[in-house]
Amino acid sequence: MATDTVRGARKFGRYSLLVAVAAIVLFPIYAVLLQALKSGADAFDHPRSLLPVDLTFDTIRSAWTAGNLGKLLMNSLFVSTVVTIGVIVTSLLAGYAFAFLNFPLKKIVFAIYLSTMLVPGEVTVVINQRTADSFGWLNTYQGLIVPSLASTFGVFLVRQVFLQIPKELREAAALDGVGHLRFLYEVAAPLSRPTLGALGLFTFLGTWNAYLWPSQVVNDNAHRTIQLGLERLKTPNDISKFNLVTGGLVVAALPIFIMLVVFQRQLVRGLTAGAVKG
Amino acid sequence: MKRKLRDLPPALLMLVPSLGLLAVWTIYPLVRAVDYGHKACDISVRNCRDVGWDRYWTVFQSKEFQDALLVSLKLALMTVPVGLVLGIGLAVLADKQLKGIGIFRTVFSSTVATSVAVASLVWFVLLQPQVGVLADLLSGWIPKLKNPGLLNDSSTALPAVALSSIWASLGFTFIIIMAGLQSVPRDLYESAFVDGAGSFRRFTNVTLPMLTPSILFVTVVLTTRALQAYGEIALLTGGGPQDTKATTTIPYLIYGNNSLVHNDIGIKSASAVLLFLLCLTFAAVQFRGFGKRVHYGN
Repeated sequence: MATDTVRGARKFGRYSLLVAVAAIVLFPIYAVLLQALKSGADAFDHPRSLLPVDLTFDTIRSAWTAGNLGKLLMNSLFVSTVVTIGVIVTSLLAGYAFAFLNFPLKKIVFAIYLSTMLVPGEVTVVINQRTADSFGWLNTYQGLIVPSLASTFGVFLVRQVFLQIPKELREAAALDGVGHLRFLYEVAAPLSRPTLGALGLFTFLGTWNAYLWPSQVVNDNAHRTIQLGLERLKTPNDISKFNLVTGGLVVAALPIFIMLVVFQRQLVRGLTAGAVKG
Repeated sequence: MKRKLRDLPPALLMLVPSLGLLAVWTIYPLVRAVDYGHKACDISVRNCRDVGWDRYWTVFQSKEFQDALLVSLKLALMTVPVGLVLGIGLAVLADKQLKGIGIFRTVFSSTVATSVAVASLVWFVLLQPQVGVLADLLSGWIPKLKNPGLLNDSSTALPAVALSSIWASLGFTFIIIMAGLQSVPRDLYESAFVDGAGSFRRFTNVTLPMLTPSILFVTVVLTTRALQAYGEIALLTGGGPQDTKATTTIPYLIYGNNSLVHNDIGIKSASAVLLFLLCLTFAAVQFRGFGKRVHYGN
């Protein structure tokens, strides 16, 4: 009886702590979301702004029009989708070569791939911006897409999972006259679906969320991504329009939060692939 | 040997797409930046002359670079230890078999998908001095929230940027540490319990050693993120407040709109190469320093 009470009190304590911490972590999202769902002076009437009353879509609607957000969302969606497909294809091909084929200098070529993982984008953007310029790719979709189409991380990941596929499977297929590409497409890739899912999810999120590279290659409305568009809703000197940015934030973050909820398992699997047991 | 040569044509075909892209967009710009780093060019970059490799040393020693280096290091120092401790705290809190724990885990991971632009602007809104909710609610305790606003004061701007970064990285840290915790074999806890270890001893003697691979990984990633901070600076402070350079990190020095070296490809390249070396050094030191203490299980 007494131990039951102690256990109950402990459980209550643990839940209270969890709820309190969760409230702190969520507070920024909650406050901005509610502010976006209010209009006019209501948005700045703190702390009443934190109560879910007098909700309206006016602010989000104004932000949508003022920031041309529909177009920017489509730009982000298009660029992220093409990059994701491209990265999966290039990673599958190179991963296959490293896992199933034997060729001269294989170890050295693989080392070159791995070493590029150490080069951060922040270092290469100086020159890449000039390269894109010389190709005439500033303010184009090519400029946003092509430099991201290969991912060393993707090649590495695909190679890892392909190495688990028994070599006998490939040898048997070869005896039946199945070529490399067909084996890749019909056997190896389908066997690696979870890894490819994680890779695709990561690439999509990374491209959708990218900031530095897009900010250096595009500055027109026709190609700007949603991340860049948010900045233009920021009007620090005009308080009457200040709330527009919260509307934009909701529009930009919503698709990603939906993806997070739907694909939580794949996301965790992908993130932890490199961390646990290094 | 025959087999090797037979596989060569298909291997080449399969490697060409990614190898070509990496050559043009990763290897070439690195080599080119190293080269430009010792050159002085006019704005068109058509006329360049060699100014010698000691240019790197000159750039490194320049006041602009030293100031930016200090800001970047301070940002790393503010974000990495706090972010790590908070992440471990959240993970330990959520590592219990309780009803509904899945909801809390989702909440704690929720910031993993927020972009640097979204996270920065969220905090920009919260911290706005006239109409921001934090300024209104907490200025009794922290008067600077209202006047002049954390982002407008040169002593609080960088901590405010750090706050935004820590929050944005919390979901990632939580997920990695949580996965590390769940891979700790339960019987280790049981034997420690049987040996009479209290919950604190079990944490320091079982949990932490088993978590070292995850902690190392998170430390390296968070440090790299801090050293590469650009978007949060561009969106929150523009390297300022005003022209104080109090938040001008190395990437912002290179890419920022109002940066001093905006049009000088030579200095920009030299700074980028120095940034690369800095990131490499940090990662190497962290791997070595941790190396002996990392416990990878079996």
